[in-house]
Amino acid sequence: MKTPSLRTLAIATAVLIGAGFALVFFYAPNETDQGFIQKIFYLHVPLAIVALIGFVIGGIHAVRHLRSGDPVHDARSYVSIHTSVIFGVAVLITGAIWAKASWGRWWVWDEPTLVSFLIVFLLYSTYYPLRYAIPDRERQARYASVFAVTAGAFVPLNFMAVRAAESLVHPRTFATAEGGLPPKMWLTFLVCLAGIASLWYILVRFELTAKRTSAQLSRLRRALDGSPPPAAAGVGSRIAPGATTTG
Amino acid sequence: MKRNAPSTLAVIATILGKDLRVELRTLQSVPAMVLFSTTIYVIFRFGLDRTRLEGSLAAGVLLVTILFAALLAINRLFVAEREQGGFEAIRLAPVDGTALFFAKAAALLIYLLALELAALPVFWLFFLADGGGLLPLLPVLFLLNVALAVTGALISPMATNSNARDLIGPLILLPLLIPPMIAASAAADRLLAESGPSYDRYWTWLATLGLYDSMFLLIGWAVFDFLLED
Repeated sequence: MKTPSLRTLAIATAVLIGAGFALVFFYAPNETDQGFIQKIFYLHVPLAIVALIGFVIGGIHAVRHLRSGDPVHDARSYVSIHTSVIFGVAVLITGAIWAKASWGRWWVWDEPTLVSFLIVFLLYSTYYPLRYAIPDRERQARYASVFAVTAGAFVPLNFMAVRAAESLVHPRTFATAEGGLPPKMWLTFLVCLAGIASLWYILVRFELTAKRTSAQLSRLRRALDGSPPPAAAGVGSRIAPGATTTG
Repeated sequence: MKRNAPSTLAVIATILGKDLRVELRTLQSVPAMVLFSTTIYVIFRFGLDRTRLEGSLAAGVLLVTILFAALLAINRLFVAEREQGGFEAIRLAPVDGTALFFAKAAALLIYLLALELAALPVFWLFFLADGGGLLPLLPVLFLLNVALAVTGALISPMATNSNARDLIGPLILLPLLIPPMIAASAAADRLLAESGPSYDRYWTWLATLGLYDSMFLLIGWAVFDFLLED
């Protein structure tokens, strides 16, 4: 494989996240209004951005799966969405903590980005029951891809609609992520974003490798268990090279 | 497509005609939806303990009821195709499978319009002091119906072909339908306001609904075929 190995990626991710947190605590200035609690921004916002991009990536893999019928793309789409849903849980938790600290309540409805994210999260959570309700492997993959494409297109529409519903009642006061971010904060934010993004990527790669390995393992096990008598040994030739290396 | 294959429009008309004929003969969707909506209004009357509704409360009761009634029809939309081999038939026929999507969406749209023909007067009679906001609400409702019909026709076959038919459909559709519900409620809220209908940002909501409808029509057109092949 031409992409960097998992070990290199893991080290790079650890370094990036370590550096990001070091910058958060020792370099980035305290925000004047919110003080120390604003620092959760460096975790919450990158997680949200990465999760949303992950959903879109899942949609792109789904399109490729529908076009080619290759189950590899379905596996990539599934793992992308799966990892993003996990990141989504972290986004909602960090969002709730931030809301509690700055507005005194665990949940507020007047932050359109967070509300939109909740809706997107709820939609993607239905991806699992959909998959598990379809026993046929091939059909499951196809339906899951149709879902991923539909949901991917839904994400921007949803953000638009929620924003439209809020903007009149509530002018956006909460402009931390908008312009006017001091350069020190920008740098810290970008390092954290890179760290979280590479964390997402390596988790996806790990999960895919694990899936591939366990599929290989069960194939080998089947070959060993059901290994036909020597006379018909040639039948299993496709898996034979792997079997000899482990043996 | 084969040379002598019927045009997609003709196929859509045929399937739609079949569905409407079945509905007229068996009366299994629309009457149930009307009955369901009327009962839900009565439940809201006691649940909210209100005999008159206006503004956001009126919008919520009206639209949520339509949404739930639509789910009833959506759950049933493809059941006959699965049980009586309609899916296989459309796969075997030399026609564009997407015709099934458009025909089902059209059938659902007609069911919803029929439902509202009965449910809107009932809602007016039960809860509204003044029906002046209902007329400008009609385009909003129509576009919301299109949203329900299009997403319903896209998600329903997935649910119907799964092991958990009645669960999967509503589970996926409810979050998927939040954006059109936001737009329709915002419009209805202002149109049914106590002080008389207000057209504040009326066109924004219509445009949002229209955008949603066209997006999901396009998505359905693009991906529906993949739900049919086996």
